[in-house]
This record gives sequence, structure tokens and C-alpha cells, in this order.
Amino acid sequence: MSMPFFSPGDDPGPDFAALLVRTGHQAPDLPANASDRIEIAHGTTCVASRYADGVVIAGDRRATSGNWISHRTIQKVFPADRYSGVAIAGAAGPAIEMVRLFQLQLEHYEKVEGSHLSLEGKANQLSQMIRNNLPAAMSGMAVVPIFAGYDTHRSVGRLFQYDITGGRYEETDHTSTGSGSMHASTVIKLGYRSDMDRAQTIDLVLRSLWEAADEDSATGGPDLMRRIFPVVATVTVDGFSRVEDAELETRTRAMLDALAEARS
Amino acid sequence: MSMPFYVAPEQVMKDRADYARKGIARGRSLVAVACADGVLLAAENPSRMLRKVSEIYDRIAFAGVGKYNEFDQLRIAGIRHADLKGFSYSREDVDARSLGNQYAQILGQVFTNEMKPMEVEILVAEVGHDPSGDQLFHIQYDGTLVDETGYTVLGGDSEAIKDRLSETYNSAATLGEAAAMAVSALAGPDRTLGSEELEVAVLDRIADRRAFRRIENGELASLLS
Repeated sequence: MSMPFFSPGDDPGPDFAALLVRTGHQAPDLPANASDRIEIAHGTTCVASRYADGVVIAGDRRATSGNWISHRTIQKVFPADRYSGVAIAGAAGPAIEMVRLFQLQLEHYEKVEGSHLSLEGKANQLSQMIRNNLPAAMSGMAVVPIFAGYDTHRSVGRLFQYDITGGRYEETDHTSTGSGSMHASTVIKLGYRSDMDRAQTIDLVLRSLWEAADEDSATGGPDLMRRIFPVVATVTVDGFSRVEDAELETRTRAMLDALAEARS
Repeated sequence: MSMPFYVAPEQVMKDRADYARKGIARGRSLVAVACADGVLLAAENPSRMLRKVSEIYDRIAFAGVGKYNEFDQLRIAGIRHADLKGFSYSREDVDARSLGNQYAQILGQVFTNEMKPMEVEILVAEVGHDPSGDQLFHIQYDGTLVDETGYTVLGGDSEAIKDRLSETYNSAATLGEAAAMAVSALAGPDRTLGSEELEVAVLDRIADRRAFRRIENGELASLLS
């Protein structure tokens, strides 16, 4: 692999995606209607909610191919960089590749330019990547992420929701994506209060994913036997931090006990 | 049509080397010191914005002295090379040795084939998980690649600084001690350097992923005191 040099006039600058194209590293486009011919793994429900110190992002762990469960422990919530995270729903392969490229893109920009992109800049960057995936999305391999981060300029947590065309919509309180999103967002909508703290917000997103899993077969619920819990992360002024499984287990058991109590 | 004068190849190379050395000698020097806590890079640099030391990859840093636009171009090419390699293979496959080799090839080629050699001297440093894994690759303007152990000095006054550093160098030093060693070697016996005239960064040995960290302002002042 040789070292890439460009003349000042056609230098790709801090844009890693442009560099991939220029150096011939970009993968060929997926064939049209690929998902008609083969079953492709899909990931589903992710939610994000704002709270006093920043944002909470969470996603279930199931990937399905048609009516099969293809993975029980897939990860759908990722750090994008120190101050932001991304949660994905849609075709698992392209989605994970998109996240990997997005993470690299942000780090590459930071190293080349010597400064961070603004949160708004990061959100727009992701928007372009989704837009570039439109041909694949039209053949059944849509990727619909949530982007959430801590805006270090304004000192607030912010949430962005997308559609498959790359449309970017900022949400003030909470957002969700994927097949169980209708149920999940209803739970969050009913339970959301503007003065919630970290613990209350984590309990609310766990409850929302539980209800989504209860109604939607493509969303996986917590698996106490295998100790599989949703991936939950917070993004605050201290950066992206994943909530430990031990804490999630305690909270999940408390939630299930309360639900069982209500029925007895 | 006039015939160009014949110039012996030895003379051409000597002229180019003199030209490059003069360019490099105009700038201020830079020191890299491997210590117990990682690899410390310290440069005499009054500018807060135009950096001599920067991050290339998870455990790899770049440092350059001489003409800013030339070593900055090399820095960006190195980041691109490392990020592309990490993207195509894995993050573990990016190493300082291969980067150092690439830089040596490029500087060597420019030195022999181009009109003007690059007036730069660069360093590719990698921090290991234990001190035996530390690597310092020092690359000269003509593509000479030297694998240094412990410490290295880049820039015009490098011989004198190296002599001073060799007297005080201790591989088991802490970060603070390494910074004190580096700065007193840079300054020499006749002057003292304040934190506002220095650019200091460290490749932190125990970092999870990205080991490069700048030490600035208050943290630098307290490290040096």
C-alpha cells in the first residue's frame, strides 16, 4: 500500500470517503434487488432520549433474516467519537459498515484538521452517507440511524433522526427507529419528563425496548438465561460511556418484578 | 542552442544536501524521549496553531522540523496511509516501521529526482505496551532512516542537544522527569524555556486506544515545575 499524495488543486482534504474513492478502496455497489434473492440480516429497534446531563441511546440485540433470528447479541449502538454515538436499524451488513466508515471519517477529520467537527457537522456528514446508500436502500437494504451527542459548543445533548434519503430531523426530547419503534416511542412518550435524571431515563428506555420486544417479533427482549441485555450508552460532557451489563441486569430484574407485581 | 554546463553528480548531491541542511538549521529543534510512562515529544515552538508534533494513529505520533508546509504535507500523507491501511485490514496492522519506510522512500526519491530536496527532518514514534516495544524512526531529508533507541533529536542544533541528553537520559524516568530532561537539553546551559515557548505531547503507554495526548497550558506548566 503506497502513501497517497495529491497536488494542492485536487487534494481530498479531511474527507475520508473521498480519499477511499480516489485511492480505489471503495467497495463496488451492491446489485439491485439483492435482498429479493437472498435473505439479509436486519437489525431493529433503537431509541434515544434526552435528559438533564446529555442523552441516553439504547438498542435491542436481535438481528433477523426473514422469520429467522440470525444473531442474538448483535450490537446496534456504537460510539461515533468521544462526544457522540450512533444507533442503527436496517440491513445489518451495510449499517455496520456505515458506522465503521462514519467513526473513521470523524477521526480522520480530527487528525488531518487538528480540531473536532461540530456536532451539527457530524450529523450532516452522516446524512450524506445515508443519502449515498439510497440505491441500496431502494433494493431493500435501508439503513436508518439515530445520531445523538453532546454539543460541546452549546453544552447540551442533542438528537437527530434520519430517513432513508438522508433527511435529517433534529428531535427535542426523544426519538426511535426500526420495526419496534412505534411501541417503543409510545412508551417513551408517555413516560418522558423534561427533568429526568440518568437512572430514570435508563429505566424508561429499558421499558420501551421491553414493550417493543413484547409486540414485535423482530425486536429481542432481555435474555436473563443467557444474560443478554440491550446496549445502553450515555453521552454527556464526560463523553460516550456504555452502561455496564451488571447495572442493566439489576434494572431489568426490578422492572420485570414490578410488572409481575402489577399482574398478581 | 546552448549546452548546459557539466556538473559532477557528487557536486549535485553535495549542493542539495547543503541546501536541505541549511533550511533545517534555520528552524528550532525537537526532542523525543522514551520513558516509563510512554514517549514524550517536546519541541521549541512559539506558535499555538502551527504544530510540529501530531497524531498519526492509535499508538503512533509524527514530528517534523524544517519547512512547515513540507512536513505538514508528509504528516497528512501519513494519516491517510495509516487510516486506509487500518480500514482495509485491521487497526492492529498499522505500524510505525512500515510508515517510516514509506517516508524514507519518498524523501529519498524527492532528494535524488526533484529540483529541490525537502528541507525537513521527521520522526515516526510508536509507543509499545511495555518499554521494549517503543520505536523511534528518525528520517533525514535524503531518506536516511535511522532506528533510534531511547531518545532522538531533530533539527539544526541536534548534536549539541544530543550530547546534553545523553548525560541525563534515564529510560525509567517518569513523564515529569522526561519532560524536565527534554526541556533542559533543548534549552542548553545559558537559557530557560517557558511553557509558552514549548509544544509538548505524549504517547501514553496505558491508553486504551488513542494514545496521543497534547500537554498544554496549565498541565504543561505544572509538569515542568
